[in-house]
Amino acid sequence: MTRTSRGARQRLLALSSRQHIEAHWGALGRLPDHRCLRGPETGMAMLKGRIGATGNAFHLGEMTLTRASVALDDGTVGHGWVRGRDHRHAELIALADAVAQHAAWQEALETRVLAPLADELAARQRRDAATAAATRVDFFTLVRGE
Amino acid sequence: MYVAVKGGEQAIASAHRWLADRRRGDRERAELEVAQIGDQLRLAVDRVMSEASLYDPELAALAFKQASGDLTEAVFLLRAYRTTLPRLAVSEPLDTAGMRIERRISATYKDIPGGQILGPTYDYTHRLLDFLQLAGAEVPPAETRDDVTDAEPCPQILALLNDEGLVEQAIDDGREPMDITRDPPDYPMGRAARLQMLARGDEGYLLALGYSTQRGYGRNHPFAGEIRQGQVEVEIHVEEWDETICVGEIALSECQMINQFGGSREAAPQFTRGYGLAFGHNERKTMAMALVDRALRAEELGEPISGPAQQAEFVLAHADSVDASGFVSHLKLPHYVDFQSELDLLRRLRREHAARQAELADAHEAVKPPSEES
Repeated sequence: MTRTSRGARQRLLALSSRQHIEAHWGALGRLPDHRCLRGPETGMAMLKGRIGATGNAFHLGEMTLTRASVALDDGTVGHGWVRGRDHRHAELIALADAVAQHAAWQEALETRVLAPLADELAARQRRDAATAAATRVDFFTLVRGE
Repeated sequence: MYVAVKGGEQAIASAHRWLADRRRGDRERAELEVAQIGDQLRLAVDRVMSEASLYDPELAALAFKQASGDLTEAVFLLRAYRTTLPRLAVSEPLDTAGMRIERRISATYKDIPGGQILGPTYDYTHRLLDFLQLAGAEVPPAETRDDVTDAEPCPQILALLNDEGLVEQAIDDGREPMDITRDPPDYPMGRAARLQMLARGDEGYLLALGYSTQRGYGRNHPFAGEIRQGQVEVEIHVEEWDETICVGEIALSECQMINQFGGSREAAPQFTRGYGLAFGHNERKTMAMALVDRALRAEELGEPISGPAQQAEFVLAHADSVDASGFVSHLKLPHYVDFQSELDLLRRLRREHAARQAELADAHEAVKPPSEES
């Protein structure tokens, strides 16, 4: 079985909607109780761009960002971050991080939550690419005379 | 003596209640939902986020609704909300080369890797009112190309086409940018800080200034080298893991303008560049921003400063709609005492003027030759 790295899991869950995560979350069955160590709290991240896309950094503007840290009953700590202001979304990401550290839960998390979410994300990105591709210009040349 | 005057509380409360009533409109009709605004008026939402300098589509849609569609007021609301939030992180520089492309065009090169992708654009529409929308006609879904399984890579054109050194390159020397939300702007201002100010600048204002450069006030002959829009992943470095992680995606618009030549005795002539970057689908804004960015490089590139768009302090100090509307709007506040003192001053000046006129008339009378008797 593939094991999603911590960073890849954080990315997948941050790019998935909370509704999608919750739709699969129930398949994990009963999880250990947890409490919030920090947050969930909403603040901002200052976003940097690059001058001319490749040059020196500059500050573009800010975006809302929510983070959460949770601890399971046995003390295992998990962290999560997500763009926006959805506390539950950040908490679910943190919870997934904590649960993934337990062999008992890790496999179920992979197969019942992360795998279907990865499929959904890939399908959504494929659909977006196919929609954009439909607007791609096919140039043709008009030849005049012989 | 200064006498403070209070009053108007009841009038203000009633005015705000009437405002809310007007905003709600005809109760026979369904109330506009914030989610509908985010979904169906997304260009307005993008403009509010961009000028408020805060990316949050839901809150921008709320601000737009609360402001009854007044974009400047909505920008003010969202900017004000921004001040209530702590800063949790600073992102890694956004990688626009890795953008999931929705639109990508070049006006300088026809055949480019990844192709010319029009995206959901108003370009090439006939600008004829569509009365079918008035009749509530069904809208067919967007087309897709089923042979496409993955997005073709769309490298940055300007970085790609530099074999001959014809285009100035943008190279990172690792310098940390100034942040105008933390350090007060100071002139002359570096390009990074200028771009931060332009990114939150009012679109109409930047459009007018950019247009002025095209009409000859600081001419620099631009081409749209590349325009792209799409989703870019945001990465932050987190101490908890000592790792750089993705926290989500945002929509961005980017414009790379190519302009006429710079060069010196040492450096061969080459195309120079202007840059525009903004939240959401904000193409016109990024084009205007790129024109103004390039105009503001006049001094750096040894060009004569002849147009308003080249004067950094003038351009930047007046670009922010929250600043501008705040100072203009304050004129509506009671100035009763100020105005009373002006009235007093004016009356005194007029009395003095009248006295001087009378003296002059007397003097004139004294030297006047005796008039002929009739």
